[in-house]
Amino acid sequence: MADTLQPAGSDWVQRKTPLGIQVTRVLTEVLKYAVLILFSIFFLLPWVWMLSTSLKSPQELNVWPPIWIPEPPQWGNFLYAFQEAQFGTFVINTLRIAIPCVVGSVLSNALIAYGFSRIHWPGRDVVFGLVLATMILPGFVTFIPLYIIYRRLDWINTFYPLVIPVWLGSPFYIFLLRQFFMGLPEALSDAARVDGASELRTFTQIILPLARPALAVVALFQFIGSWNDYFGPIIYLSDKSKYTVTIGIANMRVAYGFSNFAWIMAATTMSTVPIILLFFFAQRTFIEGIAMTGLKG
Amino acid sequence: MTTVTQVGKKGLFGDRLTRETRRSLAVGLLFISPWIIGFLAFRVYPFFTSLYYSMCFYPVLATPKFTGIANFVKLSNDSRFLDSLLNSAYYAVFAVPLGAIAGIALAMLLNMKVKALSLFRTIYYLPSITPVVASSIVWLWMLNPKSGIVNWVLSLVGIDGPGWLGDPQWSKPALILMSLWGVGGAVVIYLAALQDVPRELLEASELDGANKARQIWHVTLPMISPVILFNVITGLIGAFQYFAAVHIMTNGSGSPADSTLMMSIYLWQTAFQYFKMGYASAQSWVMFIIIIFFTIIMFKLSGKWVYYGGR
Repeated sequence: MADTLQPAGSDWVQRKTPLGIQVTRVLTEVLKYAVLILFSIFFLLPWVWMLSTSLKSPQELNVWPPIWIPEPPQWGNFLYAFQEAQFGTFVINTLRIAIPCVVGSVLSNALIAYGFSRIHWPGRDVVFGLVLATMILPGFVTFIPLYIIYRRLDWINTFYPLVIPVWLGSPFYIFLLRQFFMGLPEALSDAARVDGASELRTFTQIILPLARPALAVVALFQFIGSWNDYFGPIIYLSDKSKYTVTIGIANMRVAYGFSNFAWIMAATTMSTVPIILLFFFAQRTFIEGIAMTGLKG
Repeated sequence: MTTVTQVGKKGLFGDRLTRETRRSLAVGLLFISPWIIGFLAFRVYPFFTSLYYSMCFYPVLATPKFTGIANFVKLSNDSRFLDSLLNSAYYAVFAVPLGAIAGIALAMLLNMKVKALSLFRTIYYLPSITPVVASSIVWLWMLNPKSGIVNWVLSLVGIDGPGWLGDPQWSKPALILMSLWGVGGAVVIYLAALQDVPRELLEASELDGANKARQIWHVTLPMISPVILFNVITGLIGAFQYFAAVHIMTNGSGSPADSTLMMSIYLWQTAFQYFKMGYASAQSWVMFIIIIFFTIIMFKLSGKWVYYGGR
């Protein structure tokens, strides 16, 4: 929309402006791109450095000035990450957490958000206030009693503490989905009710299919949250065979130190691949999702 | 909170409810039942238990023994705890405003009819969804004083770079610099907000002869101020709980010389290295109160600078 409105306006201004102002306009343009590109370098350099380091031989690691293109690139570093440090196990473990989390998060948050938006019951908005209030409750306040509960349940060193709570709703996603459900016309539900559909049928057959974009946002963010999570695994998983990608890499850093940094970096590079792929395949969902979450707060 | 639930109860169980409302109440509660279970088991119960533990002597293998405010008295004399408070405050005071300024500035640049917008947006945004462990390992290596590229870039302009994470003076600035790498999430949020600023307002101010700077100050910033408030508050809450990056880069130690010992790191050490669950709970409550305090302050101050007329 911005693009269609702008040209006519700027054309009109340009015809009437003297040369001096046109020169400043060109300068502003140049300056604008200069700053944008400068920041792009700041944001891109770590990626380049990561990839470059992951392909270095041990001798190339501590060289001054730094080497950018390793000669020859040590692709074997990526293999080492799998052989020496069980990177494959870490990936499988992470998926065994992330996939149930995504399924549970989408199902439970949709169900809960439906109860907070499409059904009118007395006291609903007061209870929803409680949902929002729990958002500012820091995880650090509750994690010690939770740790002790999980220990009693014998859940330490299992994936349960990382998955079960996700199946019971997250205020942030409830909020997001509720917002979306409220935007759907009330007539949809009324028509279903007239036809004698139960609330559950209306939910699964009418509302859920319409809410696909919002559910995609939840699924995406939940996957990234689980994939990137560090705090949960570091507290609840103690056995190396249970490690996730994040704490596996952190552990490599401690166990193998600076001399093997190249293949630690190879593992690090691989840990970012799913995120990057997801971003490129679901860019729209990301941008819409993040705008949705940030603005309506 | 108690008054709120009482009002709710009256509404919930008053006898003026028709059969139909009763039914929708039952169905509604059924739909939100996962949340009710989660709320009671994973929020309410641990919340009050943690308050109780904070007043207990509780080595993890023993049973908690009530000691009143002893933990809090001890905290006020614990120099490491006070250090951790100052470190967290230092981090929050710099990282949050710098993140907001950088986020808004970059979003404004991207909002100025930029070619290849989605390319720039991607470049800026990707770091913010990168696993913290990845960014921490990469920055750890970039900030290496002897062979890292941060000091190499500085040496290109003739600056002899500091020891960064190895130097107590420079370790926190290093963390703040690193946090700016993740500013892209905020950029996307601000950009969406900027695109919502009504064009008529900007055109009207232009006709009234306002220059760009005044336009930004009097139109754009007020219009996006609710988003700024939201981001600053969530940023503050996040900054006070800043944990993963430090834990990864210092292996949970908060080194050098405790200069990166954040509240969260010390709390983790107390609980999982010293196994003092009561003392750790007391720390978590101080953290909680600080977070609530600043959230309330931000909301109170927001009346002076946040403009809600736009929505």
